[in-house]
Amino acid sequence: MQVTLSINGEIRDAEVDADTPLLWVIRESFGLTGTKFGCGIAACGACTVHINGLATRSCAIPAASVQGQEITTIEGLATNEQRHAVQQAWIEHQVPQCGYCQSGMIMAVAALLANHPQPTDEEIDAGITNICRCGTYERVRRAIHSIVQAGASRNVEGA
Amino acid sequence: MNRWTRRGFIAAGSLVGGGLALGVAGLVFAPNRLSRSPKSGDAAAQLNTWIKLAPDDTVTVIVPHCEMGQGAQTALAMMLAEELDADWSRVRVEEAPAEDIFANGYLVRAFAPMAADVPKFMERAVDFGSFRLMQWMEMQTTGGSSSVRGTGQFGMRMAGGAARAMLIEAAAIRWKVPTSECETKLSRVLHPSSNRSATFGELASEAAQMELPSHPQLKSRDRYSIVGRPIPRLDIPSKVDGTARYGIDVTLPGMLYATVAAAPVFGAKLGSVDPAPALALPGVKKVVKLENAVAVVADSYWRALKALRRLTPSFTDTGNGKRTSDALAADIVRSLESDQAKSVFVSGDAVARLGAAAKTIDAEYRVPFLAHATMEPMNATARVATDRCEVWTGVQDPLAARKVAALAAKLSREQVTIYNQQVGGGFGRRLPGAHDFVDQAVRIAKEMSPAPVKLLWSREEDIQHDYYRPAVIARFKGAIDSGGAPTVWISRFSGGRDGAALIPYAIENQDIRAAEYASHVRLGSWRSVAYSQHGFFTESFVDELAHAAGKDPYEYRRDLLKDLPRHRAVLEKAAWISGWGAKPATGRGRGIALVESFGSIVAQVAEVELIEGRIKVHNVWAAVDCGRVINPDTATAQIEGGIVFGLSAALFSEITIRDGRVAQSNFADYPMPKLADAPRITVEFIDSNAALGGLGEPGVPPIAPAVANAVFAATGKRLRSLPLKV
Repeated sequence: MQVTLSINGEIRDAEVDADTPLLWVIRESFGLTGTKFGCGIAACGACTVHINGLATRSCAIPAASVQGQEITTIEGLATNEQRHAVQQAWIEHQVPQCGYCQSGMIMAVAALLANHPQPTDEEIDAGITNICRCGTYERVRRAIHSIVQAGASRNVEGA
Repeated sequence: MNRWTRRGFIAAGSLVGGGLALGVAGLVFAPNRLSRSPKSGDAAAQLNTWIKLAPDDTVTVIVPHCEMGQGAQTALAMMLAEELDADWSRVRVEEAPAEDIFANGYLVRAFAPMAADVPKFMERAVDFGSFRLMQWMEMQTTGGSSSVRGTGQFGMRMAGGAARAMLIEAAAIRWKVPTSECETKLSRVLHPSSNRSATFGELASEAAQMELPSHPQLKSRDRYSIVGRPIPRLDIPSKVDGTARYGIDVTLPGMLYATVAAAPVFGAKLGSVDPAPALALPGVKKVVKLENAVAVVADSYWRALKALRRLTPSFTDTGNGKRTSDALAADIVRSLESDQAKSVFVSGDAVARLGAAAKTIDAEYRVPFLAHATMEPMNATARVATDRCEVWTGVQDPLAARKVAALAAKLSREQVTIYNQQVGGGFGRRLPGAHDFVDQAVRIAKEMSPAPVKLLWSREEDIQHDYYRPAVIARFKGAIDSGGAPTVWISRFSGGRDGAALIPYAIENQDIRAAEYASHVRLGSWRSVAYSQHGFFTESFVDELAHAAGKDPYEYRRDLLKDLPRHRAVLEKAAWISGWGAKPATGRGRGIALVESFGSIVAQVAEVELIEGRIKVHNVWAAVDCGRVINPDTATAQIEGGIVFGLSAALFSEITIRDGRVAQSNFADYPMPKLADAPRITVEFIDSNAALGGLGEPGVPPIAPAVANAVFAATGKRLRSLPLKV
């Protein structure tokens, strides 16, 4: 069947089986390979994208079911060539190692912070359940805290 | 024989990897042991290069190791740039192609002034687990925590120093001044007394005409401006925006997709398979029968996977189809109890002294099989023609992959090109001997020739067809004298005679023996190899001795390390930064462990608490002596990552065998630590200025025993098998 998706602000069509997970349409039909395949059962988060602003694991959701919704992949996270605050913090804190899980990790964190600008450690633990086999968690946490702090100080300045 | 040859290349070459015709002069170094002469001028000549210095001052360092997040490519470029006095902002890295000239041994032999200078650690087979020196020399391997201490120390620094000497000589001739009056700084040669300077790029083509110095002078540490600094890794920007390209991301025109199901019982062969159910589905091109597997090729991965799942292949009966982990463990115990155990180390008369001891302690420890579970599942893309085979994949040894591909394609190695990609996690899974996915991809692509085929494994295939960390059982007997000091250390363990079983502690009577054991489960190297098991055994048992002696486990170890000042300093540092002497909060316990592996000594203190029956690791403090640190930030990251990797074995993961096959299949039943499980980690390095040690692996071994010892401190329960369960 033909699926029509709104992805990173563009409307794109793909001819796929009705049960094809969104991940494979993103990667194979659209060639956006920044979103990764890790497990196929929504357990690891490597395939995380935003659907209407919510972090969603794209390997276990049919593409046909998200037609008409706003999909953002790692390639669409930056705006006007400006890295997203999470991407910037990831560089400052040198978070990635092999980097394979980090597209999904970054998308998960970006969505978490968009919805909880001041998350507690418990909210961070509950909200970020992606697997990183290189074990970058120490830096993931540090980078999240740095974004939260920068956001808090901006809010104070603005007030 | 150890002199270098050099080859200046001038003219319109295209830079490797860039495809850009510069039409300019550059500087190329190559060792004289060319395995084949360049075929067609400059482009080929550039293959055999470690530095490319372009007229625009860009320094490109060709690194013969893969990047899998360990930061080796950046660290190696730093070591070269330091000796070159390059402006770091103009330094780039390229991964070397899979050519013999980039084999580990070529680099070491070419740069070491004499063969006898091959560093000691490379001669120690135990350092490389299953590898041996001569094998390693012919490989292009990233493993054994060897990149920086081998290639960097004995290759990159020499290349940088030699290039710098040639640039100075070129400048001196140009200015008609003695070389001794010239200096280098930030990619320039300076002549301070006449206030002249020239950039490296301006001098590159003249420098290429200079004689290659046979013993280039290297910098003393006090003049370092790059090495020792926390330089950001060169590969990180591409890893935050999705542009980093891994094997799985390779896309070729007309490419087909394949996925595979290998015999669930290791060693079985494919019997029969009816392809009809797969071929009935849209987009399916072919069902390919391999010796021990069946693959489906389709026009998308999803279609290939769906079709594969409709097949019901039969496999031959190997007699192992009823085997279980318990049965394998019983076999291991039998091998331990036989008289076949071979000596690893013996001193004094352990058996006699055991009988006469004031107090003896017995313990048995067990660790299970483990899968690597790299985040990027196994994959390779292959294109096969009658006289040529190309493979795109991410491996820890592209030369070895080339050999595998050549065999599968029935071509010569020279007809095979490997395009090695960034590696989405290695940990030993992508080492030589474990390139089954390359073999499969080439065989499948041969069936589909000339179309390229991307073979991608499902996660289930990955968990069930790994080369597993061996399951090991180890039995210990120890004795302490009336003062509590250990007098006897006896161990029997299953597996090869591995130096990882040796202990650093001063115990007079030792008897350490290995009982070879093999099952049908295929085995491989798992980050830190045998140290990941023996670290747990040794550091748990020494803790048990300390407890039997009524001594503090830190003080006890410290007393036993009095003849090893580096080990002792590392242990003291870990105790110091963790505040070992102070009592932890109520309900919490601390454990300590120390393991030397791959040339580095690491001690860790873990602080744990039992929360609702689960072991929560709150904090880990690590002290590390790796000689000295090339890049403190990436070094720290390797220890942090090693700790989390070790925690997966300590608390989470276990592969079991049922009906001869792996019972687990995905992250749902092969769980991993996540952010909520990750402890706060503090890492400190000791600058001992000793020989460089590795860092990719040494962070792993101490964490499991540190946690087990901490659980004992918190609860009084001694846990002797992994993963730890209360």
